Amino acid sequence: MSSPATQPTAGTPYTVVVGLEVHVQLKTNTKLFCRCPTTFGQPPNTQTCPVCLGLPGSLPVMNRHAFELSMKTALALNCTIPHFTKWDRKNYFYPDLPKGYQTSQFDLPMSEQGHLDIFSEDDEFSDKQIRILRAHLEEDAGKSMHDEAAGLADSRIDLNRTGTPLLEIVSEPDMRSAAEAKAYLQELRLILLYLGVSDCNMQEGSLRCDANVNLHIDTPDGTIATPIVEIKNMNSFRAVQRGIDFEVGRQYKLWQKDNQVLGDMPKQTRGWDEGAQVTRAQREKEESSDYRYFPCPDLVPVVVTDEEIQAMQQQIGTLPADLRKQLLGDHQLTAHTSAVIVNQGLGFADYFLALATAINDSRLASNWMQGEVLRILNEQEQTIEQFKLSAAELGELLKLIQSGDLDNSKAKDVFAVMIESGQPALGVMAALGITKVDSSQLEELCQRLVDNNPKIVADVQSGNQKAVGALIGQARNENSNVDPGQVRQICLALIEKI
Amino acid sequence: MSIISKSATQQREMLRTGELTSVELTTAYLEQIKSRESAVKAFVHLDEQQALDAAQQIDTRRAAGEPLGDLAGIPVAVKDNLCSQGVPTTCASKILSNFIPPYDATVIAKLKTADAVLIGRTNMDEFAMGSSTENSAIQVTNNPWDLQCIPGGSSGGSAACIAADFAPLALGSDTGGSIRQPAALCGIVGLKPSYGRVSRYGLVAFASSLDQIGPMTGNVEDAALLLQVLAGHDSHDSTSADVTVDAYVENVTQPLSGLTLGVVDEHYGEGLDTEIKSSVEEAIRVYESLGATIKHIEMPHASYGIATYYIIAPCEASSNLARFDGAHYGHRAETSTFDQTSTNEDALTRMYRSSRAAGFGDEVKRRIMLGTYALSEGYYDAFYLKALKVRRLIRQDYDNAFKDVDLLIGPVTAKSAFKQGEKTSDPMAMYMEDLFTVTANLAGVAGISIPCGLTAAGLPIGVQLQSAPFQEDKLLRAAFMFQNTTDWHQRRPEF
Amino acid sequence: MALTRDDVEKVSLLARLQLTDDELNSMTEHLSQIIQYVHQLDEINTDDVAPLAHTLDITNVLADDVVEDGLSREAALQNAPQRDEECFRVPAVL
Repeated sequence: MSSPATQPTAGTPYTVVVGLEVHVQLKTNTKLFCRCPTTFGQPPNTQTCPVCLGLPGSLPVMNRHAFELSMKTALALNCTIPHFTKWDRKNYFYPDLPKGYQTSQFDLPMSEQGHLDIFSEDDEFSDKQIRILRAHLEEDAGKSMHDEAAGLADSRIDLNRTGTPLLEIVSEPDMRSAAEAKAYLQELRLILLYLGVSDCNMQEGSLRCDANVNLHIDTPDGTIATPIVEIKNMNSFRAVQRGIDFEVGRQYKLWQKDNQVLGDMPKQTRGWDEGAQVTRAQREKEESSDYRYFPCPDLVPVVVTDEEIQAMQQQIGTLPADLRKQLLGDHQLTAHTSAVIVNQGLGFADYFLALATAINDSRLASNWMQGEVLRILNEQEQTIEQFKLSAAELGELLKLIQSGDLDNSKAKDVFAVMIESGQPALGVMAALGITKVDSSQLEELCQRLVDNNPKIVADVQSGNQKAVGALIGQARNENSNVDPGQVRQICLALIEKI
Repeated sequence: MSIISKSATQQREMLRTGELTSVELTTAYLEQIKSRESAVKAFVHLDEQQALDAAQQIDTRRAAGEPLGDLAGIPVAVKDNLCSQGVPTTCASKILSNFIPPYDATVIAKLKTADAVLIGRTNMDEFAMGSSTENSAIQVTNNPWDLQCIPGGSSGGSAACIAADFAPLALGSDTGGSIRQPAALCGIVGLKPSYGRVSRYGLVAFASSLDQIGPMTGNVEDAALLLQVLAGHDSHDSTSADVTVDAYVENVTQPLSGLTLGVVDEHYGEGLDTEIKSSVEEAIRVYESLGATIKHIEMPHASYGIATYYIIAPCEASSNLARFDGAHYGHRAETSTFDQTSTNEDALTRMYRSSRAAGFGDEVKRRIMLGTYALSEGYYDAFYLKALKVRRLIRQDYDNAFKDVDLLIGPVTAKSAFKQGEKTSDPMAMYMEDLFTVTANLAGVAGISIPCGLTAAGLPIGVQLQSAPFQEDKLLRAAFMFQNTTDWHQRRPEF
Repeated sequence: MALTRDDVEKVSLLARLQLTDDELNSMTEHLSQIIQYVHQLDEINTDDVAPLAHTLDITNVLADDVVEDGLSREAALQNAPQRDEECFRVPAVL
């Protein structure tokens, strides 16, 4: 199946073609082929064993949970799971690769031919589907750190990370802009978080992204393609977007000078320099990589039945796309609000759904989620799981707004005290001395204020509606429980009648 | 009869009754070693004091009535490619001359649990690549039957050890014949178990889909004794078989009635030495006299075994030995030898190339090069994939054979022990040593070599029995039947 | 089907082996011999034969995701040709 038709980017004579390779560290307790822990940030070389050190005589044993998480992810990405899969050795020499080969998957990966849908909130591009070529399970390498102490040029090797399970997800080159690439990455990340299969932290390296970029340029002699460049070392979504944008510009300028086309040279690798905001050519290797793939004789294949695939499919739970549909359809939220909720994660979304159901008002619930709840979570650097109020407890507060017992501003006061004290809404209301002001009481109060403040009344009558604020202030001084909005409304109406 | 002439099975009984102590037994072997080892050079590492200390501990525990393992107090020699925690494990290679594993191979752990006395580590062809032990980077081992001859390989040290009565039990490893061939050339018993019967965890890998660890002993009942300890599923080895371990020791002396043996026509070609041919034919007649039926079997792909093996084994080896790069363990060349100004390669590449060049011997380099070439871009289908297909045909030949017969019987080698240096300049000639043994590894079946004669020059001849996978019980019982009727297994070199 | 000396040099780089001139010569000769020998497999028709990578017909050997004790840092670094307190050291990886 060929790439979707290319349209030149508006205002340019070329089409941008981007494919992404994403490596995801799976959130297992232990490594892929041994039972060392996978904890991030430990002192160097304290999480190793003969297997992940590649000591002579050591042998790998596959982690079941890693395979299960891979399968779950692949299914969530609409991939096909073949019934038979195996592992192959990718042979090359590098100090962070102690065995001299990486155990990966070559010709029979554990999943293939999936897709995910991307959309743009800002209409930067129309909704589209990005095809996924394959997702396969492989082991991570260690880390090398450059050390120039004592005038030596050495690398220090930490093998803690060696053997961590990685799912490599390879897209087709279906993206047509840096914005699309970013959207793909964001949606992919969200899916992975919803599945709970990875921490997806680009700074920690549990989510890594390389981009393959080239241009299809319209010339009078037809469309030509520039050589593909692989960009590495982009450590944030923003870096991915900027890296691609930079590379597009660089390739076009270069092509205008040298007219090199796809096939003229092997795929080049360039590293993104965050400081200088440019891509730089990486050192050419002596020989083009010949990985001499062959089936790993130390591992046996994995056979998956249709029943197992179906059982795993059932375990998937709600995905972001499903949730968006639900929020837009069942709850009639705007696209923006639903995006805010979905992006906060499944826990946040579940909270919203529970809240909306409890008070039977999606709009009110979403306002508070986007507003007060999110504000507290950000201030306290908390997750929704750590938030002090349950959906039921917050629901009690919102019901008081619905019944008119609390106005919005008083509700916020109560909210703050509920969080601090752990007391329920009604209790806090009582403690704060907030009671609903009876309507005839309110009418009477407003009438008195209007009667006693002729100057202010005159001011309002002359066109200065804002002057009624002083009346509101007086009303509040007299009875802190009055709803300022209602006072304003009643006073203005009374003044009008004069 | 000297205690070291008795079988481990007999020694075990004597230890149990208190007629013999482990210290006495171990001392007797150490004395034999002291008097003969300088001529044979079977060991690369001898643990005299540790062995005696271990023996003493076993004796003390036995006297105190404590429960003991199945090999309690019996000395065992171990091939130097089996990782032993805290003990130099060199694989007879310069590249690992200073390597000390921080862990035990599963079989070593099993020997320790069985309370065996680990007496020392034996010489071998470097990384198990060879058929004469001449590829050892440490020393040459001499065949106790003729000190100018090779003991076979790659488990030549272990074979010589048993033949010279340096220990009653030894471990070897077999990838293309490395237990069976030296056993035949040294007049002892050597068994290659079915693939997956014994855990490979801790065996420094040569060719992962072919390697197996097995017993090398002076007689069949001792092979059963040792296999009983080694065999079994291991969760550390994904290729380890989860198949019940038979009661080898209990059953070994029970003959098999109605045994059918297959004689493979393809084994009797031109290259087979006439003395070996007649010894093997005599062995077949012995079986007939014991009531066995002989059938002729065709294995049409047998002659392709060497070609198939010498693609698969080097390919896997080239990958398995990539870890020996001087980065994390093993020999690293001196920085001065990879001075960056001399070439346009980076220092790291130069380090890899110099370290591996200095650390590996010629045969190892040859096989790494062969394997690297055969796996390289454009050649995979023609070589590795092709070899895997022929491998299936070889396996099918065995499967078909075992529909008709219980076991196969035939020669182990085409010739008896040759003189040192005779084949070292002709790699292909050396490879042909494996002619009758490689197919068992390719198919994953079990094979045993037992002594069945001597040449006029006084060199041992072996006969091989092969069984379907996981039929070691049948193999051992059949082998014992022959041993019980003959006395070849009791012959020892005079020196 | 002989290998050229050039082929052998390229393979030696892939294999990270440094061969002397003499070694290159003998390696070329020996490898050519062996390659020629193994080409006899071409005689066999394997069109309908599936490769046999594993002699044991087992699949799905999978372990539980439970942490087990590993090696201390000292044990891990014990055989390092060059090291510092925490890490293996190698010539700079560029």
